[in-house]
Amino acid sequence: MSLFKTTVSAAALAALAAGAAHARDEIRIVGSSTVFPYTQAVAEQFSNNTGAPSPIVESTGTGGGMKIFCGGIGESHPDITGASRAMKASEYALCTENGVTDITEAMIGYDGLSIAISRSAPADWDLTLEQVYLALAAEVPGDGGWIANPYKKWSDIDASLPDVEILAYGPPPTSGTRDAFVELAMHAGCEATDFMKALKESDKEAHDAAIKENCSRMRQDGPFVEAGENDNLIVQRLNADANAVGIFGYSFLYENLDTLKPVTIAGVEPSAETIVDFSYPISRPLFFYVKNAHRGVIPNLQEFIEEYMSDDAMEPGGYLTERGMVALPDDLRAKTQEAVIGAANMDPKS
Amino acid sequence: MTDLSANSAPLGAAQRNHLRRRNRHQLMLQGFGIAAISFAALMLFILVSSLVGTGYKAFTQTHIQVEVFVDPEEVSVEKLPRGGFRDVLQASLQAQLPEVSERADLRRLEGLFSNGAQFRLRDMIVADPSLIGQTVTLRVPMSDPFDQLAKGLVKRDTPEAQRRVTDQEIAWFDRLDQAGMITQPLNWGLLTNADSRFPELAGLKGALVGSFWALLVCFLISFPLGIGAAIYLEEFAPKNRWSDLIEVNINNLAAVPSVVFGLLALAVFIGWFGLPRSAPLVGGMTLALMTMPTIIIATRAALKAVPPSIREAALGVGASKHQVVFGHVLPLAMPGILTGTIIGLAQALGETAPLLLIGMNAFITSAPGSPLDSATALPTQIFIWADSPERGFVSRTSAAILVLLTFLITMNAIAIYLRSKFERKW
Repeated sequence: MSLFKTTVSAAALAALAAGAAHARDEIRIVGSSTVFPYTQAVAEQFSNNTGAPSPIVESTGTGGGMKIFCGGIGESHPDITGASRAMKASEYALCTENGVTDITEAMIGYDGLSIAISRSAPADWDLTLEQVYLALAAEVPGDGGWIANPYKKWSDIDASLPDVEILAYGPPPTSGTRDAFVELAMHAGCEATDFMKALKESDKEAHDAAIKENCSRMRQDGPFVEAGENDNLIVQRLNADANAVGIFGYSFLYENLDTLKPVTIAGVEPSAETIVDFSYPISRPLFFYVKNAHRGVIPNLQEFIEEYMSDDAMEPGGYLTERGMVALPDDLRAKTQEAVIGAANMDPKS
Repeated sequence: MTDLSANSAPLGAAQRNHLRRRNRHQLMLQGFGIAAISFAALMLFILVSSLVGTGYKAFTQTHIQVEVFVDPEEVSVEKLPRGGFRDVLQASLQAQLPEVSERADLRRLEGLFSNGAQFRLRDMIVADPSLIGQTVTLRVPMSDPFDQLAKGLVKRDTPEAQRRVTDQEIAWFDRLDQAGMITQPLNWGLLTNADSRFPELAGLKGALVGSFWALLVCFLISFPLGIGAAIYLEEFAPKNRWSDLIEVNINNLAAVPSVVFGLLALAVFIGWFGLPRSAPLVGGMTLALMTMPTIIIATRAALKAVPPSIREAALGVGASKHQVVFGHVLPLAMPGILTGTIIGLAQALGETAPLLLIGMNAFITSAPGSPLDSATALPTQIFIWADSPERGFVSRTSAAILVLLTFLITMNAIAIYLRSKFERKW
């Protein structure tokens, strides 16, 4: 008989759970895996300082985060999403469709994308974005049109480069890091080719179409390996192979400077200074987005945002920069702090 | 024996060849078997030794013991729990290293402490405000770069620009070490702390409690339902095409990849029922879906193994079918059922993919108080740590895997014990 009792109690438990509209007293955050460590830092600091329940931070990727964030208003939807790129118009439309209209955009700082090699590599590497593009794109200009990427070795691209097979580990298409890399490195490198320069003069439309199409595809024939979202895995593979290059967030390079060295881009090494003044070309702003309808409803949300926007966290030398983020310049930071704490809505995107 | 060999005719050449070939085949088969087992053992050895090799360092944690004068000017009763705890800690180190006076250097000096040190001090003083104005002895974790230095994972011969600690910081560290202030006790925090972004403070408590709740929910759902289904199918259901179909489906269900159950849970439990994301309750319900087929199959096998004579004897003295099943067959089958259940739960404990989909891989700095609070589980915690940039998480990831393996081995050992202790042979 006790068996029936257990069955009944299990069923009751399930029913209870389904019925309980569990009132939420902790903040819920989703979003980019690049912003994740910074949000983690603020969340921990915040709950240590105030004794409030610790916010729940989930790393879902930028796109995945937007989808959950824009799912609607209410306790079952997250309050904040992190993003390693600005919200797209399509995502804004999805938000509006589901009633999420009042959103504050907060730029928190910059993150460099580093290209790195193992310390055991014999030479220091210096690449231009054009060389990066020629090495990693699916198609490159040739024979007056587009041809499948013929380059097998770095030295095929430029005789001054090392005579080794091209092998690069990078992020998969679901990652915000990949979007940023394609946009910042591949597009810029593509536009630097003579073919694209000529096309820009002669046929603007074809030029723009080519950027969307031909310049955006990473090669699939082996030399570019999608290594998953786990950047530590890339770090380990680089240590095992002195001739491979890896593409990941600057914070991973910063933590692993004893085993990895940066590949300089046109002579510029990634560092806090070169990232913030954009002389290191592959750097991008990081954001988070707040649902303003949740402010004042979810306990502590406003206080959490104030902690995120505090000088302690955001200024150069603050605890976010200790984790590898690059701080905003002073005037921009002051402006952002005011707008975000004051819950200013972002401009509609279309 | 001698008789036999004397009677048998001498072997012809063809027979001898045939015999030799048969013996050779026999030897080869044995050889293959031994090679296969050695290969498996070797792989297991490599796995465990690499885990232990990187993980053992996380079982100790470098601590620093300081005499802290709780300066009433920095910390006052009125302002608690706020106060200049960092400054107080900094002053305690400066007393040891009086030549440090530059502001920037003082900040770096503070970096020897884990970020948690100030909160440890704060909690101590909040609990007992009479400590203000006195000197307290505090033993707190050191921050990760120094922990790595003490463990030899940050090499001193690396050029200064390439490591996280500067030459000056190493000199400070050595001075404090000579003063006997630095110790490396067992790292209980690995089990008693919840997650943290600082490796030196990060622990598995949240994951252990989360896994416990998830497994409890999983057990409460899958055990009664699984046994109920198995009893019906085995003892009551008519044998026809429908029961065959159900049987085939249950066997198939046991082979469905776990990620599919995760997607199902995301759509049904979270999407339709509106259950909270990241909750062990949802995790447990998802794992129950996966564990149920295992329990059904194990239970049916155990029920089948009870000899028909027992059923017939009970029926013969006038017991009803219900009495036969619950009074005689089920108790005899219980050891087998429990073994199957524990093995199913052990599988559930190590399951990662479905938990990732329902958000049980969040960063949460406190342990859950109920199955409805957000939590992580052991395998998802390993997943989070494996993806963290800080060096200290490398060894902690291996240590967490060792903790998970320990639980799995324990559960499987209990299953084997139950089987050998209670199993009856007829």
